[in-house]
Amino acid sequence: MGAVVALDRLLETRRVWRGRQRSEPVAEQPTGHAALDALLPGGGWQLAALNEILLGAPGSGELQLLWPLLARLTQAGERVVLVGAPAIPFAPAWQAAGVMLAQVSLLQVSGAERLWAAEQCLRSGSCGAVLCWPEQVDDRALRRLQVAADSGQTLAFVLRDRRAADNPSPAPLRLLQERQPRQWRVLKCRGGVAPVRSVPVSL
Amino acid sequence: MRWLCILFPQLALDAVLRSRDDPTAPLALLSGPPQRRVLQAVNESARAQGLRSGQSLTQARTLLESFDTVEHDPAQTEYWQQFLASWAYGFSGHVSLDFPRTLLLEVASSLRLFGPWPELEQRLRAELQALGFQHRLVLAPNPLAARVLANVADGLAVDELALPAELQRLPVARSGLPGELIESLQRMGLRRLQQVLELPRDGLAKRFPPQLLAHLDQLQGHHPLALSCYQPPDHFRQRIEFNFDVESNTSLLFPLRRLIGDLATFLAGRDCGVQRFVLQLEHRRQPASEVSVGLLGAERDGERLFELARGRLERLELAAPVQALTLLAEDLPRFVPAAAELFSNRPQQSQNWLQVCERLRARLGDKVVQPLAAVDEHRPERSWLAQERGDAAARPAGPRPGWLLAEPVLLNDLFPRVLAGPERIESGWWDGDDVRRDYYLIETRDGRRAWAFHAAGHPGPFWVHGWFA
Repeated sequence: MGAVVALDRLLETRRVWRGRQRSEPVAEQPTGHAALDALLPGGGWQLAALNEILLGAPGSGELQLLWPLLARLTQAGERVVLVGAPAIPFAPAWQAAGVMLAQVSLLQVSGAERLWAAEQCLRSGSCGAVLCWPEQVDDRALRRLQVAADSGQTLAFVLRDRRAADNPSPAPLRLLQERQPRQWRVLKCRGGVAPVRSVPVSL
Repeated sequence: MRWLCILFPQLALDAVLRSRDDPTAPLALLSGPPQRRVLQAVNESARAQGLRSGQSLTQARTLLESFDTVEHDPAQTEYWQQFLASWAYGFSGHVSLDFPRTLLLEVASSLRLFGPWPELEQRLRAELQALGFQHRLVLAPNPLAARVLANVADGLAVDELALPAELQRLPVARSGLPGELIESLQRMGLRRLQQVLELPRDGLAKRFPPQLLAHLDQLQGHHPLALSCYQPPDHFRQRIEFNFDVESNTSLLFPLRRLIGDLATFLAGRDCGVQRFVLQLEHRRQPASEVSVGLLGAERDGERLFELARGRLERLELAAPVQALTLLAEDLPRFVPAAAELFSNRPQQSQNWLQVCERLRARLGDKVVQPLAAVDEHRPERSWLAQERGDAAARPAGPRPGWLLAEPVLLNDLFPRVLAGPERIESGWWDGDDVRRDYYLIETRDGRRAWAFHAAGHPGPFWVHGWFA
């Protein structure tokens, strides 16, 4: 008893928790939806990181959510890659949303190749954003994507089924589409506590 | 003028050794008629066991029971000298192959480009080392002196002032003169070149054929030596023959890496890139299989080329064991390095999009990366294209969904809630693929919005053609 324990040692062995460190918000990449930006700690998507979007079904509002970003990136000359999209991106609608089609590339792959292809695109650092619809994905695969997004300094999105919300995920930002009423809820976000409020899907 | 002599003391042996898995195993090159096989050259470990070049094969077998033998092929040696010339062409525009096992390079201007001699020497040695060729380098004011001094020295660099002293020190036996001349000079008691040079010139002219004086003049740089100039070929072809059957793709990767490394060296020397090359896999009783590697742009980085070729090769199913592998590259366009931004905020290792595409194509197939384009066309299934066509000014009348289904599916909803419509799309009667449909915007029970149609004027079941997302 009464032994003097150096604070440094305790910190080193991680027996003392220092509380949440306020991380500086990274460079701005707003979602383009003011209501959503207000909820997110960095004021937008997580840059150079994996953003997870959990949906009820393909075609339930994900494009409305992402189009403003994709339009801004493609107009700035950045490449956007869709890996394993659930259907054909209907060119007239994407064009009407302001997306420069010449900057969009589709990767028609399936199975584990989707993750591999998405990782290659992310790691290369030649894309502005990479959107991936994986068929089967586990914690390890998501971690790989997260590392690839970080090393390539690229915005990564993975779009998955809502049922995955219960499982933990290494993605620094998780956005869940709630069913009734249909709205977006931030499940997890780096650099802040996940807000309680939600924003409507139609935005 | 500064002339560099690169002498390859064991060119034929190195050419064989570099393609072997284990270059340290005892190995001898054989030549001569079948009755009297002679060791042409031996590698280091064979020499350590007592083998010497010039021994007969039977004699060598008594010294060392098991060692590998390879038939000496002068054509191969010739090929490798050409290959090394194509490498050296990257350093000098004037490369000569006039002497056997030797490259002569005029490097006066190269020294201005590649830095002073010690730097250039270091670089040449490092590259030759990586290519797997033993070498001696000598720099001299004239080509013949460089060649002759390489007989006795390595790493020597002499200028006009130091040349006479170096020549005088040279033994007559190593002076590059024909054998009979050397013999008669030595019989006169002349051991060093200095003694020959000190003799009166007209006396020498009387006693010896004129080629002696010509040789001495060229050595000292009094008369220039006419040398032919190497011209690099406009294609690359190299073949590796295996001495066993290769049955798995992975075993082909090691020779492939060699071939592509040599291709990259060739391309760098010739200052061009490669757009397409072919790998030919030869089988015993079947026509050769071919793997074609196509690139979107010219490339010459060995690592990247290997990565692409490897992706293609790994997807190939071998029809039969492979006996030889040939790399053939005929399409060698100008190489333009990819423009990189000076102040890029992306990380150092970043590749450009074309390189990423090539990597994806190599592993997943040529059609995997598709662009997206809009077409000014009323029929939905035709108003987009997986092709580079630029953005057409398509202006649809009604709302259009973000996702279009490749095949319409029947709407699984008995009482659909129609939010908008109908919008009639009627087109294509002229090309036999006419479309007459009424499209509606429908909200499904789970709250999604579908773009669905039924045949124009015939209300029936709805077909979902897309989703508003």
